[in-house]
Amino acid sequence: MKVIDHNELFKGQDYLRQFETKKEFELPCTPEEVSSVSEYTKTADYMQKNFARTALTINPAKACQPIGAMLCACGFENTLNFVQGSQGCVAYFRSHLSRHFKEPVAAVSSSMTEDAAVFGGLNNLLEGLENAYNLYKPDMIAMSTTCMAEVIGDDLSAYIKQAKEKGCVPHYMMVPFAHTPSFVGSHITGYDNMLKGILSAVTPEKKPEKTGRINIIPGFETYTGNIREVKRLMSLMGQPCMVLADTSDSMDSPNTGQYRLYPGGTPLEEAKTAINAEATFSLQKYATVKTGEFIKEVWGQGFYALPMPVGIRKMDEFLDTISSLCGKPIPQEIDDERGSAVDAMIDSHPYIHGKRFAMVGDHDLLLGIMSFVIEMGGESIHVVCTNGDKSFEADAYQLLSSSPHGKNGKVYIAKDMWHLRSLMFNEPVDLLIGNSYAKFLWQDTSTPLIRVGFSAV
Amino acid sequence: MHITSDFLERDIVFGGDKKLEQLCREVKEMFPLAKGISVQSECPIGLIGDDIEAVSKKMTRELGIPVIPVGCEGFRGVSQSLGHHIANNSISDHVLGKKKHDKTTQYDVNLIGDYNIGGNAWASRKILEEMGLRVLTQWSGDATINELAIAPSAKLNVIHCYRSMNYICRYMEDNYSIPWVEYNFFGPTKTYQSMRKIAQFFDDRVKEKTEEVITDNKPSMDGVIEHYRQRLEGKTVMLYIGGLRPRHVIGAYEDLGMGGIAAGYEFGHNDDYKRTYPEMKEGAVIYDDATPYELEELTKRLRPDLVGAGVKEKYAYHKLGVAFRQMHSWDYLGPYHGFDGFAVFARDMDMTVNSPTWNLIRRRK
Ligand code: SF4
Repeated sequence: MKVIDHNELFKGQDYLRQFETKKEFELPCTPEEVSSVSEYTKTADYMQKNFARTALTINPAKACQPIGAMLCACGFENTLNFVQGSQGCVAYFRSHLSRHFKEPVAAVSSSMTEDAAVFGGLNNLLEGLENAYNLYKPDMIAMSTTCMAEVIGDDLSAYIKQAKEKGCVPHYMMVPFAHTPSFVGSHITGYDNMLKGILSAVTPEKKPEKTGRINIIPGFETYTGNIREVKRLMSLMGQPCMVLADTSDSMDSPNTGQYRLYPGGTPLEEAKTAINAEATFSLQKYATVKTGEFIKEVWGQGFYALPMPVGIRKMDEFLDTISSLCGKPIPQEIDDERGSAVDAMIDSHPYIHGKRFAMVGDHDLLLGIMSFVIEMGGESIHVVCTNGDKSFEADAYQLLSSSPHGKNGKVYIAKDMWHLRSLMFNEPVDLLIGNSYAKFLWQDTSTPLIRVGFSAV
Repeated sequence: MHITSDFLERDIVFGGDKKLEQLCREVKEMFPLAKGISVQSECPIGLIGDDIEAVSKKMTRELGIPVIPVGCEGFRGVSQSLGHHIANNSISDHVLGKKKHDKTTQYDVNLIGDYNIGGNAWASRKILEEMGLRVLTQWSGDATINELAIAPSAKLNVIHCYRSMNYICRYMEDNYSIPWVEYNFFGPTKTYQSMRKIAQFFDDRVKEKTEEVITDNKPSMDGVIEHYRQRLEGKTVMLYIGGLRPRHVIGAYEDLGMGGIAAGYEFGHNDDYKRTYPEMKEGAVIYDDATPYELEELTKRLRPDLVGAGVKEKYAYHKLGVAFRQMHSWDYLGPYHGFDGFAVFARDMDMTVNSPTWNLIRRRK
């Protein structure tokens, strides 16, 4: 039976007629007005006004802090996400993560309402923790906050202490927390805050002898395959490692006809030994700023913020650093794989050489993609990082200046996708790289979109 | 399109009213054809005491377009339902009746509470127009501010999602004496019934046309039923959704020979449940605001052949190996409303319930 759905249905005559007669009530702008304004938005004059915006943000490429905190906590075994704040936020975080990963994402909120606005969120937290513990039996509860709890100034540390005193959760229960106000930073800040919170909670005293392992922190990694790949490479090198905040199974669990609330994640018993590892390597410098400081200062452990291993050079840097620091040579097998990748790049370079790219996303991912594009002879023309800061800007320019293919590139921090739209009309590019929301740029400018980042569906 | 003031710490500390004023100016500059701005507030706004009402008033004057405040901070209610109510009130206060449509007819209606998911509202509007009615306003999917403003010129409000928009119907009933009637365009049986119910408000011309439209569409609807019923007969459905759907879609399932064994609302009120009981068969389970834990337990005990809920539930059911459809977004397909939507609905339920993929699961002990 042939069924016509929305893809074709509304192109039919009867519907086109309907849309025409509906205009009588819509009182729409005239086609002339629409086309003249639409042309105007493509001009240099408009771009100038667009870049002069001081209050208005249009299509920003960043998400709330707690989303990062939640993804981080999902990477630990039997860990329940508990968000202190209003429930609407949490519904959005869960949906957003679920849509990207195509996995269930559990989280509870303390459902703060007007009472809490007046009296503070202590009661919501006590009740919420008790319920969450009894219902979902986690081994660890990771607590983050929405804007509401932050604005009214809920003191998580004191509240959790009270919760334990009152017996809402057992005293031995690990309840790491992170203050994650969304009016500061973005999802990667939230990731960093939560990871630091969890590591402070799970690591008991330092032992004199080391474990011989290294810790690897993937960062706000939205591709589970990347984490599995890093683990595979480490095992090929014979370098024991532990991934901290390992979402590779929790965000990509096998279908066995069973729903598990807490699949995968870094085992908590092992996480306790992270402090005794040889060193910690982060694969996302910008998502682990505070965590890195913590590991260096509090743990007194070596911390290396490596680039996100995208492309050949960043991958080399990653493997070489670990190889030399750990004294493990890179085996032939990995070198062969490198060779195959280079071979594929050489074979396909004519498709990319000289092509102009626009890209939008998170700091570390952008640096990785830029590096790869440069390797292929492509040009990163517009690089937009909504949550980017000065230090990212400097890193990005340094990368661009390392190659003649980078000389036309410009980096835009604290700019949004509407800025990028102007850029793409005034200095057109051949290809666009960004998350799914960049599809509007693709539609407007007819520049093909390669979907990379969060969220990409 | 996502427009925001992107509050930063300094806005929290010093207040964001000035920023909002500037933002409105920039909206007007960036989007010169904008005919209005609605200002919706998130949690921090109400807590730091920003006055979006005052700013909106001021900017309405300055910019010459309506700037409409919607104070819908998340903490104000336990669910999105209060947001519906607040937004309905904002529209009543600031938009409704601000314009008149000069040429009215006795057949003018407003189509209310259809969010046009997958083109639902268009498929529904088509039926109303074929019945000889004229749809002034289609709300809130694919509407302009002018349509909202002229709504009180209509003779009847027909409402699909009672939960989210009954407030505006009641408002128009009280202030403009416009009657309203609930309808349901899911599945042919309910659609026929609803068409006749709506036609009762009009003259014989409309009633006759309504019968004609039903007669014209019946063969193709019977065709859909004949094709899919044999594949779906006897299958059971469990629903957990918001708005109108838990009760509204049951008829469509029954047309396909399926039965609802359980239904619940994410943000239902008492009046929703009152409207749901009559739709359900003896022995069906009804629940409110269920936790994931409760849903899983219910699923294990009731063993439905199909579950309909939202994206937050979807992948947990996939893991359980239970056929699942997103019943908010139609899994990005649709439309499901009206005659054109029923075939799509039937196709989608069939493809999910009878997908061979479910049989590939090897269950672990
Ligand atoms: S910005 Fe704040 S209030 Fe809005 S969804 Fe994020 S956490 Fe919630």
